[in-house]
Amino acid sequence: MTTDTVRPAPADDGLTASELAAVRADFPLLGRTVRGGRPLVYLDSAATSQKPNVVLEAEVEFYEQRNAAVHRGAHQLAEEATEAFESARSAVASFVGADDGEIVWTPGATAALNLVAYAFSNATAGRGGAEAVRFRLAPGDEIVVTEAEHHANLVPWQELCARTGAVLRWLGVDDDGRIDLSDLGTVITERTRIVAFGHVSNVTGAVAPVAELVDAARRVGAYTVLDACQSVPHLPVDVRALGVDFAAFSAHKMLGPTGVGALYARRELLEAMPPVTTGGSMVEVVTMEATTYAPPPQRFEAGTQMVAQAVGMGVAAEWLGELGMSRVARHEQELATELLRMAEIPGVRVVGPTDAEDRLAVVSFVVDGVHAHDVSQVLDDSGIAVRTGHHCAQPLHRRFGVAATTRASASVYTTVEEIAAFREALTGVRAFFGAE
Amino acid sequence: MSSSLEQMYQQVILDHAKHPHGRGLAEPVEGHLGGESHQVNPTCGDEVTLRVDVAPGPGRDTVVSGVSWEGEGCSISQASVSVMTELVTGRNLADVRRLDEAFHALMGSRGKGLDDEASLDALGDGEAFTGVSQYPARIKCALLGWAALKDSLARSGALADSTGGTDD
Ligand SMILES: Cc1ncc(COP(=O)(O)O)c(C=O)c1O
Repeated sequence: MTTDTVRPAPADDGLTASELAAVRADFPLLGRTVRGGRPLVYLDSAATSQKPNVVLEAEVEFYEQRNAAVHRGAHQLAEEATEAFESARSAVASFVGADDGEIVWTPGATAALNLVAYAFSNATAGRGGAEAVRFRLAPGDEIVVTEAEHHANLVPWQELCARTGAVLRWLGVDDDGRIDLSDLGTVITERTRIVAFGHVSNVTGAVAPVAELVDAARRVGAYTVLDACQSVPHLPVDVRALGVDFAAFSAHKMLGPTGVGALYARRELLEAMPPVTTGGSMVEVVTMEATTYAPPPQRFEAGTQMVAQAVGMGVAAEWLGELGMSRVARHEQELATELLRMAEIPGVRVVGPTDAEDRLAVVSFVVDGVHAHDVSQVLDDSGIAVRTGHHCAQPLHRRFGVAATTRASASVYTTVEEIAAFREALTGVRAFFGAE
Repeated sequence: MSSSLEQMYQQVILDHAKHPHGRGLAEPVEGHLGGESHQVNPTCGDEVTLRVDVAPGPGRDTVVSGVSWEGEGCSISQASVSVMTELVTGRNLADVRRLDEAFHALMGSRGKGLDDEASLDALGDGEAFTGVSQYPARIKCALLGWAALKDSLARSGALADSTGGTDD
């Protein structure tokens, strides 16, 4: 969206109809039809978002005009590429309230979370010298997660425990899909070294009680790791105000390209962390015997970087920033309310909070008597794209006693009319399968 | 509803999904070969546990005497296990292999079905899955039960043993 076509409304409002139309016009893919000419209703933005022209153009422009490896070579292209790469880093940093040096490019959130886990692992193996001793884990240390985690913020910690002898513990989830804080005091203890949790569940849409979790972790001197994949695209996120030590997010869920994401870590931590992926570009002096490492963030960016994608991520952050994240959040809160109205349809049960308070427009549900896969197939027939399965959160599905759910999720470009079309199609599903 | 959706969810499939054959695991039979397999479709969480009972006999007379299963999944996966149960029960191992090949060929046909009349006839209700083969994401639902059958047959020892048919 360009500011000359759209006049910003007061900061607390959602988007006006004309603004939303202008937003949508910026996403070429939203104009296409599917399944024999039906207009696409894309309700799978929690899996990956669509991309505005500015992002697509930024990548093309990079390849057409600036393509070169960054941080190497003195030629003009290398200078321009490096400048584009680093200004994208600044854009992403300021979008989440961090300093430039606190953002590490990664291939995505999964890679960012693994980077943190492996840094602890390498420190435990004695790497990183005296500064990294603070990250060493020992048998009996504990890592705390929640039952609501995406596998990307669960399996790396299970593996870290297996490598170090640390013990994985977790906070449960209540019937509404909220993280149960009633046993906070017994789960987060003096033995806790890391508390890792998702800011917003990609299944229930519930917003985690960040302040309580960060407080509890701080009281015992544990590090906090925030999986911010589902919050950064939809809410104003300020990592410093949240007080977390680490945060991970992916570009492709926030209107940016695939293949890039970011790890935020407080500078002091990044400086003390041992490297994880090693090789070119992350070193200072290499001899046949030993190597010294570059300061962060380069220390964590081995190999040729995904420069065009990083540039695209920077542009996506700026685009969202210009629109204003509090307005995006307001717009999406209305969408969440509209999505939740699906609970009025007989046989439809929402998995997760049923009111729009402290939750985002990601709603998973089951339809009595009809399997999730069949639900989404019928919706697809009306051009409605939703996701089916366990959404990479098997423990959470087990908690709710279901193998699979159907999930409808919105983004800044989603309209109330699209959600009405979704509800209408959903209304016919049970009849189609004779489940009434 | 579009016609391709109706082609996928044929009445035969909906009926099998509602009233599946072979559901409920059967106890092993004395003197028969038995095998069990658990298969999951990791993307959607569909699961099936299938037991096969093989009555050994000389050569071609080694037959699949029983198929029983428990499972959870979409109508396509459930109906497919049900149809398969009906198709293979009482058939010798060579027939079962031919049915398996015919069903896999059908699933690879991108909605076009099979030219080979004999194979189509042999598949019986299985032909109803032609429409499913237009939807790449659903093919693995339809093949879940067949994968469990193949694996449980292998585990039963009946395949290695299919010419001898001894009951060791
Ligand atoms: C909550 C959450 N965490 C982590 C991830 C992993 O992100 P990515 O696949 O981009 O690495 C996702 C996306 O699938 C997610 O929704």
